Amino acid sequence: METFFKRLSSLSATTILLILTSIFIVLFIEAKPAIKEYGLKFLIDPRWGVVISNTQNDKLKNNETVEKSSFEDKDDLDDDLEDDDIAIEDEDALAAAGVTASTDTKVIYGGLIPIVGTILSTLIAMIFAVPIAMGIAIFLAEIAPPKIAKPVGIAIELLAAIPSIIYGMWGLFYFGPFISKIFGGGSVSLLVAGLVLGIMIIPFMASLTRDSMKTTPDVLKESAYAIGATKFEVIKDVIFPYAKTGIIGSMILALGRALGETMAVAFVIGGVFKLPSKLTDPTVSIPVVLANNFAESSGMSLAALFYLALILFVISFVVITFAKFYFLGDNK
Amino acid sequence: MRLLVNKVVLALSTLAAILGLIFLFWILITLTIKGINAISLHIFTNDLVNNGLRNLFVGQFILAFIAVLIGVPIGLIAGIYLQEYSFNNKYAKFIRNLSDVMMSAPSIVIGTFVYAILVNPVGHMNGWAGAIALAIIMLPIIVRTTDDMLGLVPKELREAGVAIGAPKYKVIFDIILKAAKVGIMTGFLLAFARIIGETAPLLFTSGNNEYFTLDLNHEFPSLTVAIYNLATMPDKHLVDIAWAGAFILTIFVLIINLIGRYLIKDKG
Repeated sequence: METFFKRLSSLSATTILLILTSIFIVLFIEAKPAIKEYGLKFLIDPRWGVVISNTQNDKLKNNETVEKSSFEDKDDLDDDLEDDDIAIEDEDALAAAGVTASTDTKVIYGGLIPIVGTILSTLIAMIFAVPIAMGIAIFLAEIAPPKIAKPVGIAIELLAAIPSIIYGMWGLFYFGPFISKIFGGGSVSLLVAGLVLGIMIIPFMASLTRDSMKTTPDVLKESAYAIGATKFEVIKDVIFPYAKTGIIGSMILALGRALGETMAVAFVIGGVFKLPSKLTDPTVSIPVVLANNFAESSGMSLAALFYLALILFVISFVVITFAKFYFLGDNK
Repeated sequence: MRLLVNKVVLALSTLAAILGLIFLFWILITLTIKGINAISLHIFTNDLVNNGLRNLFVGQFILAFIAVLIGVPIGLIAGIYLQEYSFNNKYAKFIRNLSDVMMSAPSIVIGTFVYAILVNPVGHMNGWAGAIALAIIMLPIIVRTTDDMLGLVPKELREAGVAIGAPKYKVIFDIILKAAKVGIMTGFLLAFARIIGETAPLLFTSGNNEYFTLDLNHEFPSLTVAIYNLATMPDKHLVDIAWAGAFILTIFVLIINLIGRYLIKDKG
């Protein structure tokens, strides 16, 4: 019984390793057709579901033209993309085109637009969320009297528990129109998506940052106050240096959360395969592409989606691992 | 000058705090107003096909409950391994870190993984796939909680158990787990609250179903997926139903969190 339970327990622990490796392997296998077909150029190709006619029978030559046009497209990226003849097919047409691809046409899938959308929306979210979350953390840890800090702190932590779909829905019906009134553009856009994402990660980031700040020993703070430092100087010269790694680690964890967030973004980013030329343009991000297209896809488009999922998984894995090992330390 | 800088910075961070809180309360207030206006008895007694939410509540709960049944035993025993059997060796540290990384893995990616292994081979979405996706999301949270809570149990308790000649698994189950019971249960509760609001991993694993069903072999009703579908409909009445669902879901999640908080505090 004892040895049985011991074995069982180490087996259970190994499930974690097993699941993570199988996620990686399964995603890789499913994405393989797309990886084989497009290779790393997938990362810089802005065409998704674009049908190109395949007049040459020689496959090699065809591949060359694909490469060429993909680079041309890349040069044009900063220019107005609306002029580009990017034909976005709806799902049915896509699937149909996928079937006939082998005969006379070919559908190209490139991941650039969702990748750029993911990076930009996360960037906007971080730019917006970091100062506010820092403000809240400083307020809770150093400024507010305990009578206020406690209930506000609890409220912030509870808000971190609200399902992300709620943030998305609010963004669609209230925040999006509000932003479009101020900045112009539609009520769904890259900007709205980034800001909603930012608002969503604020509670998470603020409570982690506050916890890091609170680890600063009182003795250090008191000695600084004793030699006449102001509160700001104590925060800047005592608390920040002491809690720096913890604070940065919290930020990166929040960044990881923003990268992979689906529902808060899906409502408000627009879901359009177009590189945004300005902040108020609608675009798409990796999780949103997956959410909107996965169920209806098959064949090469499904493989391309798995390729995107793999990219997202690897990015977030790297980000989180980095945060854990460099900033938050090996636990225990 | 120093005093001025101090005042400016403090004012700015207070302002940031107020701004953040304004946004967050804006969300809660609109949710409450829209939700309460849309709630009616009809919603609780009818299924989605008749513009109600009954089958969705039941479906979401069943999915989360099965996820608990799968995720909790594995996670609990894995946590026991990390804390009691591994003697904190390299492998345990590795698993612990891996589990933390897994906790932050994008939930939609877990959905794609489950789709590949449980939906594609079957050919259609099914409830099991959704429940397993949720279980995978829940697992690292359970491991972490169990690990942390067992770590708080004093060493003397273990020694006392071993000293009277009890085998280790008996010590673990009869003494250590009992001592850490409240903390671990709270962790389970919070993990449950986390997965019951998940949408992304369900979108293409269990999907949604307009009818009341308990058959996990087919598309399964889910409140969160339905909210996503309904909220993007042009029909205002359907959007209102989505608000009602969103409001009830949020209240439910917040109450579970408050209970968890109370339990931890009660314990001291």
